[in-house]
This record gives sequence, structure tokens and C-alpha cells, in this order.
Amino acid sequence: MVKYVAKLARVALSQEEESTIAGQLHKILDYVNKLKEADVDAVEPMRATLIERDVLRKDEVKPSDLSEAILNNAPLREGNHFKVMKIIEAA
Amino acid sequence: MDITQATGCELSKRIVAGELETGNIYKAFYEKIQKNKELNAFVEAYVSPVAGSGTSPLKGVPIAIKDNICIQGKRITCASKILDKHISVYDATVITRLKNAGLNIIGTCNMDEFAFGSSTENSCYGVVKNPWDITRVPGGSSGGSAAAVAARLVPFALGSDTGGSIRQPASLCGVVGMKPTYGRVSRYGLIAFGSSLDQIGTFTTNMADCAHLLNILCGHDEHDSTSAHIETPDFTKSLDVMKEGITIGIPKEYFAAGLNADVKAAIDEVINFYKNKGARIVEISLPHTEYAVATYYIIGASEASSNLQRFDGVRYGTRVNGENLIDTYAKTRGDGFGPETKRRIFLGTYSLSSGYYDAYFVRALKVRRLIKEDFDKAFESVDVILTPTSPTAAFKIGEKCSDPLSMYLSDIYTISANLAGVPAVSIPCGFTKDNLPVGFQLIGKPFDEAAMINLGFNYQQATAFHKQMPKVNA
Repeated sequence: MVKYVAKLARVALSQEEESTIAGQLHKILDYVNKLKEADVDAVEPMRATLIERDVLRKDEVKPSDLSEAILNNAPLREGNHFKVMKIIEAA
Repeated sequence: MDITQATGCELSKRIVAGELETGNIYKAFYEKIQKNKELNAFVEAYVSPVAGSGTSPLKGVPIAIKDNICIQGKRITCASKILDKHISVYDATVITRLKNAGLNIIGTCNMDEFAFGSSTENSCYGVVKNPWDITRVPGGSSGGSAAAVAARLVPFALGSDTGGSIRQPASLCGVVGMKPTYGRVSRYGLIAFGSSLDQIGTFTTNMADCAHLLNILCGHDEHDSTSAHIETPDFTKSLDVMKEGITIGIPKEYFAAGLNADVKAAIDEVINFYKNKGARIVEISLPHTEYAVATYYIIGASEASSNLQRFDGVRYGTRVNGENLIDTYAKTRGDGFGPETKRRIFLGTYSLSSGYYDAYFVRALKVRRLIKEDFDKAFESVDVILTPTSPTAAFKIGEKCSDPLSMYLSDIYTISANLAGVPAVSIPCGFTKDNLPVGFQLIGKPFDEAAMINLGFNYQQATAFHKQMPKVNA
């Protein structure tokens, strides 16, 4: 189970971490399984606390001059781009 | 008198009266921070302040900020290796508001990585120590903010509270920790953990400073779509005689097994105090309390696993190269996140994964509604709810590290307020036999922080627990 979740979460684990997390998650899941006792048949899921509706703003163009600061935080940049590894394999 | 022992309100009065200069005040606190590095409360202290040009009744007073709130041009780390060296691109709305009020930001406070924890032992910068006993934890996740205010390294600080991360450390360090109503304070510029639960709030030594800070911080913000369109009252008007005809509810589920005897004795004294002041005390029931911790850990971890997807080594922080892009993501995250962060991401990813989504995430959302309805029902007959903040006083460093579940259970009294979105505050109310601070919690109706401030202020007028200070380097 941990290997599968690690793949979904994109988190590489060492062998040791894998067995530690497996044991701890097992215990935590045992605990949260107590929610199965609660009678929720007629209950709607609550997705937000006080304002249960979407709030949209006007779609207006506003000036922003943050791109330099944003790009400077990248581990690797090239010009005005974030630089990443090639993702398209050669044919 | 040592000026670092003054409250924020006292300092500002003395600045206005011409008795103290802002620069000297800043220097006194900065030097005290340097002399108490052992506490590890700060990630970074600024030699010269990040200062605003505006004015307010707290103008010129220093404030510290939990290191998950953006201050433009300054490092922000969330105490995570994955964000090391990241510079904030913009100011969080609360920072803009503090600048407009003329406060001086003195630095950033240590915390559990991404605010995951109840002890501030999960920081890539090391454990924060409780100033009352440095072998003990300050609580968490805002442990640096709590320790800094308790040790009077700063008059007040901001923190964030997703499941108790302001109130629990406030209780364990003997200071006032206020989590306002969800939507009262903008979350814009707070690095998200659980977006439906997170709320920025304050650490102060007293209720008057708390009221003044809330006046500055609260209000609608167009940059946060969940911020409420509701008028901010003048909270300082609640610093007055106790309102008559108040009914205080005592939920029986919060006094069950697991509550330390010294803590219970201190809380009983608080209940007596309010009874003698004329409040009506009634026992109430919040019947779904037993599900709060499980509900919270599923929802909080699910939202966290989603929010933390952005840390992939492309736009921020560190990168560890792998064989291909996917492998680079995995190696970057495997290397950059600490153990507790990984646990939360795994629990959240599992709860949201195909086949388990309905059984875990959706079921937790349904139980969340039951928990909120408990509060709705209780507030039909009471004005405010009074509970312990934490089942025990500060525990030993390392005591709960090997058992994440026992750590999660230390938030048992604080979590429900986040699930329901209601405001809650922890206020110092005594000490255990080991001389460790104890706090009580007031939980209020949505947007009724004023009632909590009024009750807390009257308690502090009659007691001196909040004036006691731990021995630190002067």
C-alpha cells in the first residue's frame, strides 16, 4: 500500500522510511476507522465552514511586475522560463 | 523597569508620551532575542525592522511573524528544507495591515514544518524549547511564536491555527492565543496547509493587546475569496465591565478520561470565577466530539496533500535531479520533506485516492457537518463555551515523537473549533505542581470574538497568571 501511495504522491522513500511509515499509517488508519461508527446516512458532506458557495471575482486584467522575483526563486531558470528536464521522449 | 516586560499597549502609550523611542524599544527586543537563542524561537531576527509607514494605537511596537506568512523580500521557510532560501514575492494581507498600522516586524518564528505538529519538534531548524522548562516542548505548530511571547522576546506575534496550532502552544507557554472565526482574517499570503481550516491569529500576553491587534488584522480582503463580508467591530470596546446575563456552556465530553488533574483543578477555578461574576453556568453536550480528531486528520491531511503538490522542485526551493521529470519530483519531495510532512501527505493521498475517497474523505466531510451542528445547537442556549485548551501541560521533548497518534490526540480540545469554523481563544489560568502553565479555552459563536475578549479581559483584571514570566536571559 505504501509503495502505491508513494507513487501517487510523488514522494521517494528509503527502505527504512517505507517500513516506518507503513506501521504508523496502519495505526492511524485503525484510529480514523472509528468514523465508520458514525451515522451519516442522511448527512450532506460539508465542504466549507461558513460560506458554502463559490465566490468569483471579476475577470479583469491588472498590472503585475512580480515575474522577475518569482523566476529568481526557481532552482533553475533560463531567461523567462523555469528550466526542467525533457519530458517528451525522442521517437 | 525592563521595557521588554511591558505590554504592547504600554509601550505604545510611552512612545506617544515621548518617554520611549521606537528605535530603543526595537533594540532592546532584538538584543533579548540574541541572548536567548537557546530557545530556538526564531528562524530569523532582523537587525533593522520591516517597518510600515502607517499609524495606529500600536504604532512603533515590534511584532514577530510565524515563518509561514509572506513578508515581501524576506526569506520564508515554513521550517522546511524544501523551501530553504525562498524569498517572499509579495506581502500577506496581514503584513500589509501591520505595515499600515505602523508596527515593526522583528523577525520570523520557528514552527513545525508546514505547521504539521503539536510540539514544534518537526522543524528543519531544530526543536523549540519551552521557556518555562527547556526540557519540554512549547506546543505547536506555532511553538516559536508562543515561546517568543512567553519569554518576552517580543510583545506579540502572529501564528496560524489549523487544528489548535495557536491555542495549544499558547496554553503550554502561558500566553493568550486567539484563533478568530474562519473568514475574519484574510489568509492571502499564508502558505496553505488545510485551506478550509487555516486561520491566522495572535499571540499576546493579555487581552487588551489581543483586541488592538484584531482591530488591525480583521476585515474583508478581495484576495481571499473565503474572507467574510462582515463588519469588524471595535474590539477594544469589549475591554470593559463584564456583560450581564452571560450563559457559559461546559461540554461534558471535554472533561472525560485523559484530562490531567492539575489542569482540571485550574479549569474548575475559572468556572467558579465566572459563576461568582454572575454568569450562568450550564452543562452541555457536544455529542460528536469523539470523532473530531479522526475527522480532522483526514480532512487536514487531504487538503495538505493537495496544497503541497506545488512543492515539486520546479518553481521553488531545492531540487534533487532524478532520471526523468517524474523521478525528479519524487526525489525532490523525498529529500525536502520531513517525516511528519510525509505522513500527512500519505494519509491525505490515501484518503483521496480512488476506491477510498468515499470511505474516508467524503465520510469525514459528513461527520464534520455533525460536529458543526453540535455547536449550532449549543449556541442556541449558551453565549460561549468554556473548556480546557489542552489535556495536559507541556510534555517532555521527545516524549511523543515515536507515536504520531498520541501527538495527534494532544489537540483533542482544539480541533473542533476549526472543523466548525468558530472562534476560540486560550487564556492562562494557573500552573501545575511542576510550575508549568495551564490555559483555558473559550469558544465563541461565529464572529463573536467580542464576547470572548470581554470575558477574558475581566478574568485578567482579577487574576495575575498572565503576568507571571519564565526566567530567561534578560
